[in-house]
Amino acid sequence: MDNRELMLGNEAIARGLMEGGCRVVTAYPGTPSTEILASVVNWERQESLGIHAQWAVNEKIAFEIAYTASMTGKRAAVAMKQVGLNVAADPLMSAAYLGTKGGFVVISADDPGPHSSQTEQDSRLMAMMAKIPVLDPDSPRQAKAFVKMALELSEAFAVPVMLRPTTRVCHARQDVEKGEIGFHDPAAEFEKNPARWAATPKFRLKLHGELEKKLADIASYAATAPRRMNPGATGSRAIVTAGVAAANTAELIKDLDLWQTLPLYQVVQPFPLHTDFISHLLDAYGEILVIEETAGVIEMQLADRRTVKGRLDHTIPRVGELLPQTIEQAICGFTGRPYSPISIPPTTSRRPTLCAGCPHRASFFAIKRALPKGIYTSDIGCYTLGLNLGAVDTVLCMGAAISQAAGFFHAFKGAEKIPDIVATIGDSTFFHSGIPALVDTVVQQIPYVLVVLDNSTTAMTGNQPTAATGFGADGKPLGRVDIGAVVRGCGVGYCQVADPYQLNAFIDAVKDAAAYARENGPAVLISKAPCILSLSPEQRNAFSARVEVTDDCDGCGYCIQHFECPVLILAEDESRVSIDQAACCGCGVCVNVCPKGAIKDTA
Amino acid sequence: MDSDMKQQIVISGVGGQGVLFVTGLLANAAMNNGNHVLTSETHGMAQRGGIVVSHLKVGQFTSPLIRPGSADGLIALKGETVCQFSGFLKDGAWMAVNELAVADECSGFDRLSLDAGSLAAAAGNPKAVNLVMLGLALAMMEKTAPGTMICSLADIRAGIEKRFAGKDAIRDASLKALASGYAHPSASS
Repeated sequence: MDNRELMLGNEAIARGLMEGGCRVVTAYPGTPSTEILASVVNWERQESLGIHAQWAVNEKIAFEIAYTASMTGKRAAVAMKQVGLNVAADPLMSAAYLGTKGGFVVISADDPGPHSSQTEQDSRLMAMMAKIPVLDPDSPRQAKAFVKMALELSEAFAVPVMLRPTTRVCHARQDVEKGEIGFHDPAAEFEKNPARWAATPKFRLKLHGELEKKLADIASYAATAPRRMNPGATGSRAIVTAGVAAANTAELIKDLDLWQTLPLYQVVQPFPLHTDFISHLLDAYGEILVIEETAGVIEMQLADRRTVKGRLDHTIPRVGELLPQTIEQAICGFTGRPYSPISIPPTTSRRPTLCAGCPHRASFFAIKRALPKGIYTSDIGCYTLGLNLGAVDTVLCMGAAISQAAGFFHAFKGAEKIPDIVATIGDSTFFHSGIPALVDTVVQQIPYVLVVLDNSTTAMTGNQPTAATGFGADGKPLGRVDIGAVVRGCGVGYCQVADPYQLNAFIDAVKDAAAYARENGPAVLISKAPCILSLSPEQRNAFSARVEVTDDCDGCGYCIQHFECPVLILAEDESRVSIDQAACCGCGVCVNVCPKGAIKDTA
Repeated sequence: MDSDMKQQIVISGVGGQGVLFVTGLLANAAMNNGNHVLTSETHGMAQRGGIVVSHLKVGQFTSPLIRPGSADGLIALKGETVCQFSGFLKDGAWMAVNELAVADECSGFDRLSLDAGSLAAAAGNPKAVNLVMLGLALAMMEKTAPGTMICSLADIRAGIEKRFAGKDAIRDASLKALASGYAHPSASS
């Protein structure tokens, strides 16, 4: 019987966790990793295994919850995107020393390109720094198989194991064979051992020694040894590759008719690279090309600079995604073949925008109106797109909007004119890492306005619940945390809630908050309105405006530049603006925008 | 699964148009016909109105991405995306384009174009532009290379019926949009 199902890479990973018997799975949403946890929840709904699957408030917390379950003998996993691993780096480094009991997999999804991330960082370098093994799958099918392999490797050596998929694995879809669900589930048992689980520096030294010994043994573990992809091929040059680059390279080598003459190896476990493999490669081949993303992790373990080419000598570009055509060029250069490129223009003709009717657009417009000379620090989420309205000046990393507001104030303190500073942060990011920064600004009495853009969801990644939503990953009711109570509890003396769709009142609220902040320190304004993509039909019907552009419009483009709603269309000859009625949701905020009053609600 | 079927199709559009939905329908139908399938999709920030592209590869492939100059067809849910992605097409490839005006990039390819927006509106769901275009693309595949069809119109209809089971109104409008693209006069010429 055909037991295949078309699975997104992330679904295949989730399936692997189910088949591998994981009982605790945690995550924080982030592209390209988000669908892993969502898929575990879906499979759990079908199979009712009693798996605990949850969105945690941030990646560090997600890591600590899943890791601790592993300490009791349960199999567990945590999933995040690569920059999320930075947030979880603290427990990662320590967990590597303490080790695991039940199999524990850290899934960190990288984003070469980057398509949807701040950086192109290589999580395998984090595995190297932590001294844990990392597996690098080339496809959804392989990702599922590697999850199970990772759980076994983890239990064999009592060490956390990283699975490092990339965007082209996570967001590839492939027909994947379903296997048996894993029913083996040992009862939780916690063996007290403070010398290990609460180790002081003296014991940490011992644990570090043990970890080094584990690593040496893992470098000869048979199940994760490199694979020869074309055993029949002979030649003096070889290619070593891993991850989706291996899938691309294999197909190219066939297409270029090099399958019989260019030995090709796929590395399953880039770190630690198998010791025998290193000596075999350096002995057997006069020249070696290493093709991997996004850093030279395999390459730097092949320490012969005379014969090894790759990222370190710029044979492989150091930045950007390894597209098939990039790899083709490198292989042609390596084998002395001609290469004629076909250029594909970069996708720049259309930038992402906030949705029509998005409450963030109203908030940003109001902030600019209220404090036009302000410095606008912002954060990671849909609202980063406030860039398009000129209402976002800085985006560093999760939670930094608030600490950057403080940094700007300290830098400008004593200047003749201290600019108003407005930080914007979404509710999910506020919980993730905004709260400690808020506490710091209270202590330091920073005069700034924090606008929490509370749409009660993690919108950018596809509307996962936040701590303020009141339900879990499976949609069932859970506890709820009130943002206003948190803000007041942190000691902020000014906290108001306002509806951004009431634009003029909202502008006044921003001005009022700024006036308070200048005299007294932090002022918080909670901009409360649900994400337009999560509205119920009743909520949608509440938008009743029928917006038209009158003949007073002279095509000045003010609304396009400063409000940037995708339903406002400037005619090609720039004579006037019209409304795309099919796409307009009728929020009516734009009637306040036109300086000539040419946008009217005719309802 | 031992067939020598090898088809590579690029599906492009703008976030929110349903590029992923069309990719999924084609990929599932091709898999149900006994083929191996690999797709590569755009998720994340681009889905908020940016350019979105899917690569669909049916047959014995290992790479999820299509190389420039090797695709068999392009389905452009937005006409403006043609210039961006026509470089993926091989000589003699087909394209189905949602725009009546002929772009320079289209010359040299076997092209069908229509105004999918008005056909979708006529079918009762202005958002079903993607299904009108899928219908047109199926007609295009039948016309240019009937021996290499990864799936039939009936397969796609079955996929839509399964997807919208219990949602009669949206199912019917979707099937109607699909049929209107498939039966469009330009498709039968």
